[in-house]
Amino acid sequence: MTITDENAGIGSRMLRKEDGALVTGEAKFVDDIHVPGELWMGMVRSTAAHARIVSIDASAAKEMPGVEAVHTGAELAAMELWVAPLPCAWPVTDDMANPPHWPVAPDTVHHVGEIVAVVLADSRYGAADAVEQVVVEYESLAAVASIDQAVADTDHAHTDLGTNKAYTWAIDEDPEGTQAAFDAAAHSVTCRFEQQRLIPAAMEPRGVVAVPSPMGGDVTLYSASQVPHILKVMAAATTGIPEQKIRVIAPAVGGGFGAKLNINPDEILAITLANRMGRAVRWTESRTEAAGSTHQGRGQMQYIELASDSDGRLTAIRVKIDADMGAYMMLITPGVPLLGSFLYHGVYETPKFSFTCEGWFTNRTPTDAYRGAGRPEASYAIERAMDMLSYEVGISPEEIRRRNYINGGEPFEMWENPAGISFDSGHYSPTLDRALEMADVAGLRAEQQRRRDAGEVKQLGIGLCTYVEICGLAPSRALGGLKYAAGGWEHATVRLLPTGKVEVVSGSTPHGQGHETSWSQIIATKMGVSPDDVTVLHSDTALSPLGLDTYGSRSLAVGGVAISMAAEKVIEKARLIAAHQFEAAPEDVEFEAGSFSVAGTPSKSVHIQELGFVAFAAHDLPDGLEPNLQEQVSFDPPNFAFPFGTHVAVVEIDEDTGGVDLIGYFAVDDCGNQINPLIVEGQVHGGVVQGAAQALYEVAVYDDQANITNPSLMDYLVPSAAEVPSISTDFTCTPSTTNPLGVKGVGEAGTIGSAAAVINAVVDALRPHGITDMAMPASPMRVRQAIEAAKGGAS
Amino acid sequence: MIPAAFDYVRAGSVEEALAALAEHGDEAKLMAGGHSLIPLMRYRLVTPGVVVDVGNLNGDLRGIGVADGTVSIGALTRHSELEHSAELADACPMLAHVASVVGDPAVRHRGTLGGSLAHADPASDLPAAVLALGATLVARGPGGQREIAAADFFTGFLESVLADDEMLTEIRLPVSGGGWNYQKFNRRAQDWAIVGVVVAEDAKGVSLVNMGSTPMRATAVEQAVAGGASAADAAAMAADDASPPSDLNGDAEYRGHLARVLTERALKAAGIA
Ligand SMILES: Cc1cc2nc3c(=O)[nH]c(=O)nc-3n(C[C@H](O)[C@H](O)[C@H](O)COP(=O)(O)OP(=O)(O)OC[C@H]3O[C@@H](n4cnc5c(N)ncnc54)[C@H](O)[C@@H]3O)c2cc1C
Repeated sequence: MTITDENAGIGSRMLRKEDGALVTGEAKFVDDIHVPGELWMGMVRSTAAHARIVSIDASAAKEMPGVEAVHTGAELAAMELWVAPLPCAWPVTDDMANPPHWPVAPDTVHHVGEIVAVVLADSRYGAADAVEQVVVEYESLAAVASIDQAVADTDHAHTDLGTNKAYTWAIDEDPEGTQAAFDAAAHSVTCRFEQQRLIPAAMEPRGVVAVPSPMGGDVTLYSASQVPHILKVMAAATTGIPEQKIRVIAPAVGGGFGAKLNINPDEILAITLANRMGRAVRWTESRTEAAGSTHQGRGQMQYIELASDSDGRLTAIRVKIDADMGAYMMLITPGVPLLGSFLYHGVYETPKFSFTCEGWFTNRTPTDAYRGAGRPEASYAIERAMDMLSYEVGISPEEIRRRNYINGGEPFEMWENPAGISFDSGHYSPTLDRALEMADVAGLRAEQQRRRDAGEVKQLGIGLCTYVEICGLAPSRALGGLKYAAGGWEHATVRLLPTGKVEVVSGSTPHGQGHETSWSQIIATKMGVSPDDVTVLHSDTALSPLGLDTYGSRSLAVGGVAISMAAEKVIEKARLIAAHQFEAAPEDVEFEAGSFSVAGTPSKSVHIQELGFVAFAAHDLPDGLEPNLQEQVSFDPPNFAFPFGTHVAVVEIDEDTGGVDLIGYFAVDDCGNQINPLIVEGQVHGGVVQGAAQALYEVAVYDDQANITNPSLMDYLVPSAAEVPSISTDFTCTPSTTNPLGVKGVGEAGTIGSAAAVINAVVDALRPHGITDMAMPASPMRVRQAIEAAKGGAS
Repeated sequence: MIPAAFDYVRAGSVEEALAALAEHGDEAKLMAGGHSLIPLMRYRLVTPGVVVDVGNLNGDLRGIGVADGTVSIGALTRHSELEHSAELADACPMLAHVASVVGDPAVRHRGTLGGSLAHADPASDLPAAVLALGATLVARGPGGQREIAAADFFTGFLESVLADDEMLTEIRLPVSGGGWNYQKFNRRAQDWAIVGVVVAEDAKGVSLVNMGSTPMRATAVEQAVAGGASAADAAAMAADDASPPSDLNGDAEYRGHLARVLTERALKAAGIA
């Protein structure tokens, strides 16, 4: 199928190559893959948040038709199917508490939904029926059901630890100086924000199929994963199976948002039980199961204080975070809040900066990365606090921002921030100017005033947010300095095939982003071939043995750059062959739009695609040159990338019902150079909606016994297209100085900017009532109650 | 999300369906559009031994007829058919409108009027509409056919006077004129109402969605309007007889407030000053 024109290289709005297979059902997701003789796992999950397992009676379940086995956690431990607990790759401090997290709880459960026994049956229905027949007796222990309860530290989520505190991590060079700035401040604000827990609800739930090869002795794991490469390493380390005997394939993956970057109990169970049974073992989570078994996002109490002079220029920022780890440390649980630690000053200069984060265990589902991972939390705190400071100082939200922008809002490169890292490049004022103009904020303010004067039921609110984020994870050394266990490079191979087509092997693995399209465009521009001549291989550790996968908006800024660099290496080798054909010196051979020619003799030329066969036949290569045109690169970026932008949200609030309607959204983002603006806009749209969803709709609600009370899409309100306005986007372009393509990430930017913009708009609408803050999600009841409280109870 | 095992019977006629119900007693469940039953089965909140599928029955059971001042609607008429029916737009535009705000298009193409009534969910839209219109529900059982006034039909949360071996076949409404309105307040377009208020026939019928264990008439409001009260004064009484539920979307107090706000809006939109 030809879907592109000849010129669809870098910068063109090429339609996505992936979509034909996805929309016709040709693409296969994990749940579509079936293997003869396969067994279904059914998980018996804890109904108690914190309890000792007194007994498990599986006798009835074992008798059910089609049931092959039922194993309790204690039995599995005795079988020695694993050699280590599920991994945490980011022990942020030397003394961080990290209680062992086994795939199946051996004796004590620490959250509702933790697996206590696993059923193997010959059908999904049979497995579900048998799960119902397993009788578990618990002796309950006091459950830690909230962050506040964890911080109070009287009941303990892990009794053995004697405390709920997991770690303390700080960037606080001069606490006295910070305090002095507060003492001397003309204005200050103190805010407490809750980052509610969110359930990452990717369209495709998680699922696994493990296929053993009993004779060959290896095992293939199909998993709906963002991180097949990391999963392979960690599965080997956890199970003790030699790494070269594990192959991980992430087939078509329907979204992840961070929730598919973990090493999950089901993955380890599938591999080990498949090997043990000599049969394929599979599992697909249900939505309700996902709410207890797949990690959740956010979960923080934030305390942020700003001090400023009389003009509203910041003199100090002090931040304290209480972060809810949930019941266990998963792959990067402890590090997520710290990804935001470098950004709590946002886009503003401040002489003094103090940041402290304490991680706390609760008896709730573990938390971990969720779109933005630490950065939406940071931008929310600083952008909400800046609005509060603007009320205090008595200037507009845009003015307080302008007065504090890094480098006065003028362009900069390599600016060292108070947390000790360097922003690659930035230029903030133009995004604000453009966003104010696009949204017609002046006109909106006039309309707002008119409605206020008329006392109308529906009031307008306008909210701003200028965000900066840190992405393109990451320089390996920097990660090492942060005690992250792995590196941050990315690997790429580019292969010119004998017939002139191009095969790209990508270490970064897509789960909906459109890598196949973007990588083809990079190759098209670099090598002068049609994107249709490019195939991208990925997400299979046998085809693409090296890679560090997709998260932290890193694919393009690290992986895409590696592709580009590998293409350059292929071109350089091809240049030698061309020079040999032309009987010219390689320095005299020029390369343009796919063709080599000798400088000054344009009539003599050869297209790079013709050299594929020459290199393959190898009949007449320069002396000493190896046959074939295949080159690889592991690119380790020298720095992170720091995209930024200004968003404007417009809400209409029905003051009688409390209903909030997001009626306008304007996003001006800067992610440096763009490979495919269509894909960039799609990322902004989805990201904005995900942040707006946190602001207005989504929250995982736990009761005081740490039961999740809304584990279905009926009660957990993921908004649909009907709830969001048409989003207007525009862009400025400040190339990154971190990589030769000048690109920054954009996968999380929308989410990082939007929650603050939306809540700033909600509060802006309600300010005539004296309301200065609104908790998320701003549900109609919450908004109405705030209005009633402000009116002194009269409704 | 995996239902328990069940047997499946596809009924070719009302008689076959009734025979299957008689044979299996309270083990059996009728299935029409399946859009309330199947979710409950997937959560294993109901585990019928036999599902008797009547969803494909046509004839009188599906469609809308108007004669002699009465609208007759087959129990298996889809929400989308109510929404788009020219006859209904004339004879009872309020019902057509209420059908158009149920769930989303997929739900409206499967869900049936009879299923929605038999399911007796106080949060559903159509039961309250039918109640406000003073409809008559026709059921058939082993003993023949009986007519039930909508006012007598709903007895509790997901409970009605229908016996296990009975099937709704028809819904009869008077052709209705006068001012009408439906105020549905929810957070996402496809959701059930947090609170809904139906006004029919210049407020001769006013009913509330999700304000108690059954759909209910707001009798005090109806009487106040009949006695000449203003929309605002009548609406102030909207929640007087209600005992609304509390859930994540709203506690009882907030629901009472919403009922008053929405009733005033509905009355005004229906032309009551
Ligand atoms: C995502 C979603 C959103 C929805 N949103 C809304 C909404 O906003 N508002 C709303 O009102 N509803 C909503 N619904 C419910 C929908 O309208 C249902 O279709 C309807 O309530 C039931 O009709 P049904 O034909 O599907 O009944 P079924 O699910 O087939 O049956 C429901 C019950 O009624 C019984 N039954 C069915 N037909 C008969 C009959 N003829 N005689 C006797 N008993 C019978 C069944 O045995 C069962 O107990 C939603 C449903 C879904 C899945």
